[in-house]
Amino acid sequence: MSTATLTAPAEASRLTSALLYLDDIRVTFDGYRALRGLSLTLAPGEMRAIIGPNGAGKTTMMDVVTGKTRPDTGTAMFDGRHDLTRLDETAIAGLGIGRKFQKPTVFESHTVADNILLALKGPRGSAASLFGWRNRVEAARIDAILETAGLVQHRRRPAADLSHGQKQWLEIGMLLAQDPKLLLVDEPVAGMTDAETEATATLLRRIARDHAVVVVEHDMAFVRALGCRVTCLHEGAVLAEGSIDSVSADPRVVEVYLGR
Amino acid sequence: MTGSRLVDGKGAVFLAVLAAAAVLVPVLNLTMPEGSPLHVPTYLVSLLGKYLAYALLAVSLDLVWGYCGILSLGHGAFFALGGYAMGMYLMRQIGPRGVYGNPVLPDFMVFLNYKELPWYWHGFDIFPFAAVMVLVLPGLLSFVFGWLAFRSRVTGVYLSIITQAMTFALMLAFFRNDMGLGGNNGLTDFKDVLGFSVQAQGTRVALFVLTALALALGYLVARAMTVSAFGKVLVAIRDAESRTRFLGYRTEHFKVVAFTVSAAMAGVAGALYVPQVGIINPSEFAPANSIEAVIWVAVGGRGTLVGAALGAVLVNYAKTMLTGVLPDAWLFALGALFVLVTLFLPRGIVGTLIERLGSRRAKARLPGPAPDALAPELAEEGRGS
Repeated sequence: MSTATLTAPAEASRLTSALLYLDDIRVTFDGYRALRGLSLTLAPGEMRAIIGPNGAGKTTMMDVVTGKTRPDTGTAMFDGRHDLTRLDETAIAGLGIGRKFQKPTVFESHTVADNILLALKGPRGSAASLFGWRNRVEAARIDAILETAGLVQHRRRPAADLSHGQKQWLEIGMLLAQDPKLLLVDEPVAGMTDAETEATATLLRRIARDHAVVVVEHDMAFVRALGCRVTCLHEGAVLAEGSIDSVSADPRVVEVYLGR
Repeated sequence: MTGSRLVDGKGAVFLAVLAAAAVLVPVLNLTMPEGSPLHVPTYLVSLLGKYLAYALLAVSLDLVWGYCGILSLGHGAFFALGGYAMGMYLMRQIGPRGVYGNPVLPDFMVFLNYKELPWYWHGFDIFPFAAVMVLVLPGLLSFVFGWLAFRSRVTGVYLSIITQAMTFALMLAFFRNDMGLGGNNGLTDFKDVLGFSVQAQGTRVALFVLTALALALGYLVARAMTVSAFGKVLVAIRDAESRTRFLGYRTEHFKVVAFTVSAAMAGVAGALYVPQVGIINPSEFAPANSIEAVIWVAVGGRGTLVGAALGAVLVNYAKTMLTGVLPDAWLFALGALFVLVTLFLPRGIVGTLIERLGSRRAKARLPGPAPDALAPELAEEGRGS
C-alpha cells in the first residue's frame, strides 16, 4: 500500500535493503536442533525455491518467519525494520506476509467465494467485520481473483467439496486476495497431477511478477519450471544457493538430497 | 446465497411462530372463560414464558458454540447473574411489605443483623439501573474471563473445563450468607415489578410477551452477527483458528466480542426468567444447568440459532412432563437424550432438516458429496494446532 510512497526517513531507518533477512537463526525442539544457524536473504520482488531433504528445516523456517515458532537466537527482519521474532502470527500477517500450508488449509464450511472474501486485503478488526466494507464487497472483485485461480465456476460450492488440487489453488487465490509483500508457499504441488502441477507453476510465476515468493518444494521438475534462484537446506542450515543448474550440480547437494 | 439474508426461510417460520404465540397465548388466557378447552391457564403462561427465557439462553449459547466453537459449560452463570440483577431490583421493590417491615433492608438482611444496605445494593431500587446491570454484570464477567482465556489461547476442552469451574466457583460464593445476596435461599417473595404485582394475571401475560419479544430481538441480533463478515470470521475461527490468525485476524478479539454479546444476552434471559418463576437462588449457577443448556442446543441443532430455541423449548417441555410422572428419571433421560442425539442426530433437529432439504435441492442441480461439517472444532483439535 505505502511502498510507492516510502519517504526518505523511513528509507533511512531500514537496517537492510533485503525484504526478508534471516541471520544465524537457531531453533531447538526438545533437544532436537531443527535450525542450526540458518541465514538467508530475499530481495524485494524476488522468487526463491527452497529444496532439501526431510528434516532440513524448511517448514521450521516458515514457522519462524510467520511467528508460529520463536527462534532461540538469531535475527529475522522483514522489510528492513520489523523484527519478526517479537511479533505474533496476526501482526506478521498484517505486515504483509502470507502463508500457504503444506496440507491445504481452507475454511471448509465456507463457500469458495467466502474464503476469498475473508482473505481480501483490508481492515481486519472485529468492528470493521461487523459493519464495515467487507460486508459490501462486489462479487466482481472476488470473481477476478477466482478467475486467476481457475475456480470461478466453483464460487458457490463449499470449500470442503473441492478436490485436493482445487483446494491448493483456492489457498493460493486467498494469498492473492491478501496481496502480501511476501508469500510463503509450502509444497504447493504435493499430490497433484502433472497437468495440475504445470498450471500451478504458471500461476506462481504470474504471482511472482508483483510479489516476493518463497516456494518450498520437493518436485525438481516443478522447481525447474519456476525458473528462479534455488536454496538447498540441510540439517537446519544453507548447504548451497544459486541457479537450479549450479545447485543440482553441487556434489554436496547430490550427496544429501538428489542422490546419485 | 440464500443463507446470508437477515431473515431466511427458517428464521421467518421461527419469528412467525413466536409472533403467533405472543398474540394467541395472551388472548386465550385473557378472553376465554376458565372452563373453556381453549383457555390457557395463567400458570401455563408463566411456564411458556420460562421456556422462552431458556430459548434465549440457548440462542446466546449457540452464538458462541455453534458459530465460534466455544463450548461454554458455564453459560448458566451469565443467566444467573442477569437473574440476580433483576432479583435485587425486585427485592428493593418489596419495601416495608417484608415480614420484618424494614423499609430499606430485605428480610434476609434483617435476619442476618445487617445494619445498612451493602454498597453493591445501591441503585438497584431504580429500574433503569437494574436493567443496565442485567447486561453489564454478565457482560463484564465474560469480557474479563474471555480476555484472559482467549489471549492465552485456551481452547477446546480446557476452555470448557474452566467455564465449568467459573460457574461452580460462583455457585459456592453465592451460597455464602456474607455475600449479602440471600445465601442458600437466594432472593424471593417478590411483590412488584414496575408497580405491577408479579402475581397478577396481567403482569404474567405481559412478562410472557416481553420474553417473546426479547427472544425475537436476541435471535435477530445473533443472526445479524452471524451473517455479517464478522460471523464468517467466527466460523473460520471455529474450523481453523490458526489459519485465521495467519490470515491476519486477531482471533481473540472476535472471540471476546462474541462471548461478551452472548453473555449479555444470557443475562437478559435470566432477568426475564426470575419474575416469572418468582425466585433466584445459587442453584441456578449449578454446573448441571449449564450442561443442560448445551444439550438443548445439541438437540435442536447447533449453528442454526432457530434450532437452539426449538431444542430449549422441546427439552424443557419433556422435562416438565417427565418430572411430573417420574421425578427421579429426568437426569437419566437427559443423559440418554444427549448420547442418542450425538450418535444418531449429530446436527440436531433443525440441522438435519436443513441438510435433507439442501441435499434434495442439490440433487436437482449437481450431484456431489454433502459437506462434512461434523464437529469441526474437534477436527481442529485433532490437527494439534
